[in-house]
Amino acid sequence: MVLGIRFVIALGRLFRTTAFKLALVFLAIFTIFAGLILGYVSFNAMRLLDEQVSVTVSEEIDGLVTHFNSGGVLRLVRQIERRSHQPGSSLFLVTTAAGETLAGNISSIDSEGLLEAGTYELYYRVVEDGAPHPHRALVETTILPGGFRLLVGRDLAETERLQNVILRAAGWSILLVLALAVIGGVFVARRVLGRVDQMTETTRIIMAGDLSGRLTVTGTNDELDRLAQSLNAMLERIGELMAGLREVSDNIAHDLKTPLTRLRNSAEEALRIGDSPEDYREALEHTLEEADGLIKVFNALLMIARAEAGGALDGIKIEDAAEIASDVVELFEPFAEEAGILLQFEGSGPLPISASRELIGQALANLIDNAIKYSSETSLETTGGTVSVIAQLIHGRVELSIGDHGPGIPNADRDRVLERFVRLETSRTRPGSGLGLSLAAAVARLHAGTLRLEDNQPGLRAILTLPLAEA
Amino acid sequence: MKILIVEDDASASAYLDKAFRESGHVVDVSSDGLDGYAMAAEGEYDVIVVDRMIPRMDGLSLIHGLREQKVDTPILILSALGQVDDRVKGLRAGADDYLPKPYSFSELLARVEILARRGRSLPSEETIYRVGDLELNRLTRRVMRLETDIDLQPREFRLLEYLMRHTGQVVTRTMLLENVWDYHFDPQTNVIDVHVSRLRAKIDKGFDNPLIHTIRGAGYTIRDSAR
Repeated sequence: MVLGIRFVIALGRLFRTTAFKLALVFLAIFTIFAGLILGYVSFNAMRLLDEQVSVTVSEEIDGLVTHFNSGGVLRLVRQIERRSHQPGSSLFLVTTAAGETLAGNISSIDSEGLLEAGTYELYYRVVEDGAPHPHRALVETTILPGGFRLLVGRDLAETERLQNVILRAAGWSILLVLALAVIGGVFVARRVLGRVDQMTETTRIIMAGDLSGRLTVTGTNDELDRLAQSLNAMLERIGELMAGLREVSDNIAHDLKTPLTRLRNSAEEALRIGDSPEDYREALEHTLEEADGLIKVFNALLMIARAEAGGALDGIKIEDAAEIASDVVELFEPFAEEAGILLQFEGSGPLPISASRELIGQALANLIDNAIKYSSETSLETTGGTVSVIAQLIHGRVELSIGDHGPGIPNADRDRVLERFVRLETSRTRPGSGLGLSLAAAVARLHAGTLRLEDNQPGLRAILTLPLAEA
Repeated sequence: MKILIVEDDASASAYLDKAFRESGHVVDVSSDGLDGYAMAAEGEYDVIVVDRMIPRMDGLSLIHGLREQKVDTPILILSALGQVDDRVKGLRAGADDYLPKPYSFSELLARVEILARRGRSLPSEETIYRVGDLELNRLTRRVMRLETDIDLQPREFRLLEYLMRHTGQVVTRTMLLENVWDYHFDPQTNVIDVHVSRLRAKIDKGFDNPLIHTIRGAGYTIRDSAR
């Protein structure tokens, strides 16, 4: 009983597979074609057999007519008597115009109509073992000169047997084709089903948390193999992303926990030793400062996440990159001056880009802010005091470059600093979330552009490249 | 002034309630969108502060509904979704100002007070702004103090114009960045302070009564303290 149910379930699963459904379709098409071909062949074979019979009858009549023509009715009668006693012979009958039998092996005919000229297919009875048996025959009647009727027929039993053989052969062939197709379909379906089941099993294990699992590749390079390879590549990519995410969350933990610890410490210290309102006030102010710092880090992180998630931004317009750059330069100019830095802007618009003015402005603000901060740290004896912002069109793309003459970034570290949270160890002590560069890079990506860092000899040049908008 | 706060977080609304009352305002609090909508539709408030995500009717729908009903009370939207496009959505729905969470109360208060005053008068139609002996002509773009011309850069002029339009009111650094430069991001550094101190050097230097005042922990204000 249980086995039966299992079998039914297994069968049900089999019927639901694509492979099985495909096999069924092929089976139907196959059967129809086989049927058509076999039908055509048998039809032609049967027609050929029929034709042969009528040719035989016609030839016999021709021979007899020749005899009649050369020797008259007597010779014809003699011929017929001789022929009609040979075994397996044709049917013969010669009558007068009035219908009296002169010779032949037909004892009686029911219909006078048969004595008109023409070809007929008819049933007749043969006395075998004392009882009459119906037989089919093809009969041709000719009217000879003098009104004599010559009737020659041929029994069709033989042909019918042959035709039966052909039909049966055709029937069996179709059955065989059907059986083979069903077996083939089931076999293919089961094979595919087996492999798919195996793949499903593996993916379940992977979903359960074992990301190191991989699908089996059989090496046949069939479609299932290719699927397995693609899925494996996808798993590989997911694994990389997970590793990246883990690294990032470690960094987030570090960069958020450090200010959180400071915040907590200052609050705790105020509680422990503070005894004047001024102490408390100072501690609270410090706490607020740290909280604001945390919010900044948080906002930057959200922004990067938003940029990395991609998708369309609301509020995208055609903006003039040169105008945005000069605006931001103008915003930072007094700040730079106060820091003893000369902030220069070079460039002439319009440089149309399809962008969010807000985001591009923020990216530029980050880059300019960085440039000013790092420049002001180098001693003024060198050329440390200039930050130049250049907006220009290069090779059909808009380039916004911010160059400083600060300490720069060693070649080996340049790609790394664009990643989230990476701050070179030397800069850990400086203010800033460490997200400025990665935020600018994320903004560039969001606008289908790039951010690259170059040696400004000396110093660092950050170049934001953006696609030129179609005006 | 009378303020309606629609915020579902009890501690946040209690904090706002207390803080606004201490600043001398009358406050009503609603903890969900539908009630808030009903109260706001009465139209007796000077400013409505709405959280973006509230139960029963979200903040954007509430604002949209009020605007459909021709309720033009100034609305400030508070949102935990501090993204660029979120702000655009809020303003598009009909809000007048937008403040991402977490915010500082001084920032919120400054914005609410400016919104409320905008609801009453339209000083932006005046041609000449005056604070004490300082005079700014918006048509000729001349700035004079005690009959002396003061030469300002275009941006400095706009900065002063904005401060004077809100004479006696506190404007925060972010409000200045938004209204004078049209940027809404946090510039990380005290760029605005440097601009204001430059302006201050041109306006107040050599005069006994300074007009531009720093409000600690909040921002700036322009007023005639001599009177």
